[in-house]
Amino acid sequence: MTTLIDAPPSDADALLPSKKKAAGGGLGQYILVRFLLIFPTILILVTMVFFLMRITGDPITAAMGGRLPPDQLQERIHAAGYDRPLLVQYFEYLGQLATGNFGTTLSDNRQVTEMLTTYGAATLELSINALIVALLVGIPLGMVAAHRRDHLPDAVLRILAILFYATPVFFAGMLLKLVFSVWLHWLPVAGRAGTRTELSLTALEAPTGIYWLDALRSGNMAAFSDVMSHAVLPALALGLLTAGIFLRLVRTNVIGTLGKDYVEAGRSRGVSEFRLVTKHAYKPALIPIITVMGLQIAVMLGGAVLTETTFEWKGLGFQLANYLTARDFVAVQGIVVLLAVIVAVTNFIVDIVAALIDPRVRY
Amino acid sequence: MSENLGSVSDRREQDRKTVLDINHLQVTFATDAGDVRAVKDVSLDIKAGEVLAIVGESGSGKTVTAKTILGLLPETASSSGAVLINGTNVISLSAARLRQIRGRDVAMVFQEPSTALNPVFTVGWQIAEGIRAHAARDGGGRVSAKEAKARAVEALRKVGIPDPEHRVNYYPHQFSGGQKQRVVIAAALALNPGLIVADEPTTALDVTVQAEILELLRDLRDKYGTSIVLITHNMGVVADLADRVVVMYQGDIVEEAPARKLFAEPRQDYTRRLLAAVPHLGRNSASEGLTQRPHQDEEVLVAADNLVIEYPGRLGTPAFKAVDGVSFTLSRGEVFGLVGESGSGKTTIGRAIAGLNRTTGGSLKVLGYEMLNLRERTFKPLRKDVGFVFQDPAASFNPQLTIGECIAEPMLIHTRPSDAQARKRVGELLESVQLPASYAGRYPHELSGGQRQRASLARALSLNPRLLIADEPTSALDVSVQAKVLELFKDIQEEFGFGCLFISHDLAVVDILSSWVGVLYKGKLVEQGIGSQVMGNPQHDYTRRLIASLPVPDPAEQAKRREEHRALLGI
Amino acid sequence: MTAETTLEPVANPRASFFRRLPVVSHFNKSVGLQRFMLVVGLVLTGIFLLTALAAPLLAPYGFAQLSDADGNFPTQQEPGGKHLLGTTVGGYDVLSRVIWGTQTALLVIIVAVILSIFAGVILGLVSGYIGGWLDRILVVVADAIYAFPSLLVAIVMAIVISGGQSSLLGGILAAAISITVVFIPQYFRVIRAETIRLKAEPFVESAKVVGASNVRIMTRHIYRNATRTLPLIFTLNASEAILTLAGLGFLGFGIEPSSAAEWGFDLNKALADTTSGIWWTGLFPGLAIVWTVLGLTLVGESINDLNDPRLRGRKRATRKAAASAAPAAAGPGTETESSNP
Repeated sequence: MTTLIDAPPSDADALLPSKKKAAGGGLGQYILVRFLLIFPTILILVTMVFFLMRITGDPITAAMGGRLPPDQLQERIHAAGYDRPLLVQYFEYLGQLATGNFGTTLSDNRQVTEMLTTYGAATLELSINALIVALLVGIPLGMVAAHRRDHLPDAVLRILAILFYATPVFFAGMLLKLVFSVWLHWLPVAGRAGTRTELSLTALEAPTGIYWLDALRSGNMAAFSDVMSHAVLPALALGLLTAGIFLRLVRTNVIGTLGKDYVEAGRSRGVSEFRLVTKHAYKPALIPIITVMGLQIAVMLGGAVLTETTFEWKGLGFQLANYLTARDFVAVQGIVVLLAVIVAVTNFIVDIVAALIDPRVRY
Repeated sequence: MSENLGSVSDRREQDRKTVLDINHLQVTFATDAGDVRAVKDVSLDIKAGEVLAIVGESGSGKTVTAKTILGLLPETASSSGAVLINGTNVISLSAARLRQIRGRDVAMVFQEPSTALNPVFTVGWQIAEGIRAHAARDGGGRVSAKEAKARAVEALRKVGIPDPEHRVNYYPHQFSGGQKQRVVIAAALALNPGLIVADEPTTALDVTVQAEILELLRDLRDKYGTSIVLITHNMGVVADLADRVVVMYQGDIVEEAPARKLFAEPRQDYTRRLLAAVPHLGRNSASEGLTQRPHQDEEVLVAADNLVIEYPGRLGTPAFKAVDGVSFTLSRGEVFGLVGESGSGKTTIGRAIAGLNRTTGGSLKVLGYEMLNLRERTFKPLRKDVGFVFQDPAASFNPQLTIGECIAEPMLIHTRPSDAQARKRVGELLESVQLPASYAGRYPHELSGGQRQRASLARALSLNPRLLIADEPTSALDVSVQAKVLELFKDIQEEFGFGCLFISHDLAVVDILSSWVGVLYKGKLVEQGIGSQVMGNPQHDYTRRLIASLPVPDPAEQAKRREEHRALLGI
Repeated sequence: MTAETTLEPVANPRASFFRRLPVVSHFNKSVGLQRFMLVVGLVLTGIFLLTALAAPLLAPYGFAQLSDADGNFPTQQEPGGKHLLGTTVGGYDVLSRVIWGTQTALLVIIVAVILSIFAGVILGLVSGYIGGWLDRILVVVADAIYAFPSLLVAIVMAIVISGGQSSLLGGILAAAISITVVFIPQYFRVIRAETIRLKAEPFVESAKVVGASNVRIMTRHIYRNATRTLPLIFTLNASEAILTLAGLGFLGFGIEPSSAAEWGFDLNKALADTTSGIWWTGLFPGLAIVWTVLGLTLVGESINDLNDPRLRGRKRATRKAAASAAPAAAGPGTETESSNP
């Protein structure tokens, strides 16, 4: 799910012109190279997913085998073209992807791309909410832990971070539901909003699909508080898990930069410890932090699948789980490839942001 | 200038006040192996406008003493005694009061300018940080960003950064190494502290840059009356800058004396040995009295002809020419000294001869084998004839193998001796480098730096090579250890008679060993000749500058050389 | 500066074999909080291992048992009486399934981690040392998989291996291999990075200079130094394996309750119970997951800290310093001296 191992920087980092002193136009070149790297990444994943899922047979047999007589099954397989050579199918699939066609689901005959527009916003909303929780909790606490290193606050925070990490997101969600919804009746059990709110929000003109944003824009405060009350528990479940990882990440990297000569130099000029941690040590630490956070955003998508299932939050992950249960592997493949594209693009943006922070790249 | 230096400081000493007074300082570190007493009992003082040098080898406690002055010891350290700065005891001060003193009363200059500057902030911001930290606390109200920046510009101007109004917005990586050290000094000067603690301020710099930084520090003392505590292991630097010298050894002060007196008539045994071990340009030259290049009738081991070595540039940036059209020969029995500053390409040449780097143009013949388009399989049989000694003795042994296993490795690969033969040979080799044969069973981390470098030499000699490449073999060692290793090296070379390429940045060291010396500058071999002639009568401009900027461990002679250096640069 | 480039062996090679064992040597180095974390982690992990080994003795019923001599088990019964932790909606005994679940978890960890260590270490070593095109292709592939949510990779692999069906041993193997595919890139990256770092170390270059063959350099010089971090990756990945297994189970890719006990699957079934206030069916398998992951992570984190001199805590200095006549060498990092290369 998530990883605690400090990942060595990928090779893309080696392309950073930072090691060269003369970096004329270095940033533009870096962005271009990094952008071009998106495509092999996606291609590799698409290829792997395609071939792996076809090794075991065609999707129609998987979905309907046993429910249809063999001759009808053969007919449908032939009609869908699954009896042609694999390579032909592969290149046809690539061609479809290039035109933005991610396939049609078997079980309910919908375009996978349509799924993105229908459910993408829900997943995006959950991810944003969780990311806000993770950043608000993880970064300040990580700095506190680094500053009070090896003392009581650090000990408590570290054990808390490991506890967050060790609790599977669906178990955390279950516990939160049990306590706040079932026992205390403070918050709703599941879903993104009450029925009435949902209707009023979808009826809006040009909705963004992110409910709290729509509610705010329409000025409907009742709807807003309803949306927020639904959002709290999923955001906490997914956000705290990620916060544990962010906390550890910030702590490790800030401890690393706190030991550098330039922090000692700041100290020798009379700069306060608070400022040394929050400025002098934090900003240089931010470059590796952001890079790893980028990877964590991808990981959060995986967590979103589980969170959405736990809270019946109707996003891409929830749909994925449904199609898995229905054994509709065309839909599964489509969603997985779609997520691959999202991940690749997110990582690209994060890498650019990390590079922008580093003046050695900018100048 | 040179004449009145001593007398000026003598006169000053009487009427100037004491800015720093250390009394019976003790510092203890907690380590895995138990408590270590880094500073045992140190008492010293420094007057206004004085440069006090604290010299010593590694483990002497000089850096720890320096850090104590600013209260910068880590949590694992505990200290006792008194460190008085303008009458305030730093050791017993609260954290908040300590911050007030840092930067305002005492500032620090670090060894490595590239790590002492924060890479993600502009230099102006970093200098202003110190100014603002104090303004907010000293009740002077907040200093506006504009004012702080103006003062940062002023500080940069003081240390001779050209165009400071513009450069104040630069990031550290936009400065060269010497300029970075100037920025570090500017940051230290920002609040006009009366005392600067400079911890090895020139050790990370090339010798020509070192001369400029020393000049700058001298200026500060002369113009602003700043007192400087100079921590260094380099006796040449001491001779160049210090008024008074404290010699430390294993946490204690061995001797304290005015600089001229200390160099002229050292009282203590340790000081005498230390001074004797420092290589002195022009003394003990291996080529003393030679008029002709020796060993020219012997077999030519290495022949470079118009050699070019390029490192490919990344992504369209042009390739970097590390070595550019270098030609030389090296014969059996001869020691060829290759000198140059960082980035001159000296190490690249050494590595190319050993087949660790590829050559990209011209010709390089090693033992008759053309290294251009090297093929490992055909070169391998020749490898037993090439020995290599690396700079860092700590990193050049596999930590998982014993010294004996490491030394036997070349034999196991080439001659496949029996166990008993190998053990016998390892014992002989260890004895020839003056280590007990029993050390074969030890692991690398159980040896000291000098011992490891001897073992490294033994490994290089294990197959009796015709050619030996030594890449800065003594740079990581203390001077007293360096002197012994150099002596051993000289003896062994005479005994075994191999041809040797000796690479070093230190002219004096090269002069002791090599009869024939080549000077590299930006990838080009600007001058080569008999050692004593190159050192005594350099022809090329760069060589002249290089030699003039090397400080010699003798204050009187150094004062004279400094004048010549200034004349050369036209100051 | 020498102090920083020195390659410190994890443990003194001279010490006795026992004291050089990964966890033991780490324990001896640890102090204060770090020792506390290590000990807690070891205790939690130890109890997990013992439970897995002694499951047949500890569990009151079989993992798939629905009835005993007194007749069928009641469904969704509250904890107490014959069923200490209650029963599930399907009538399984919760305590028994929690206990048997340790065996499933342990099996998956062992298979997954061993497979991925072998593949990852060999690939990383070869790729990092040889370099060139092979290296570039492997890096791009590994990076692509690494950046992708590992749960999704595991889902795809689970579909490939078992077609989503779950059989007896096949279920465990499917889960283990899915997890393996997720982990290989991680081992690959770590070992490759370490290999590349070591390749530039003077001791490897000195082996090259004397003419050692590539195989000899890789096995004798790099392998032993590159794999020092493996105990750390092992423990952290073991905990990740459990989380991935539980995630797969929760999505219905686990092992059928009649084949083996699996906590994630039980949590999936317990999800609906929560809404009606039935807490025991979900709480206990969930706690079992937290317990195991917590234990392994604490061990891994402690090892990580102790391996990293920057993060390692040291004992405080004692005030009565004068009494101990210590050797003259200053503490590590207290003197920084080097000459300019």
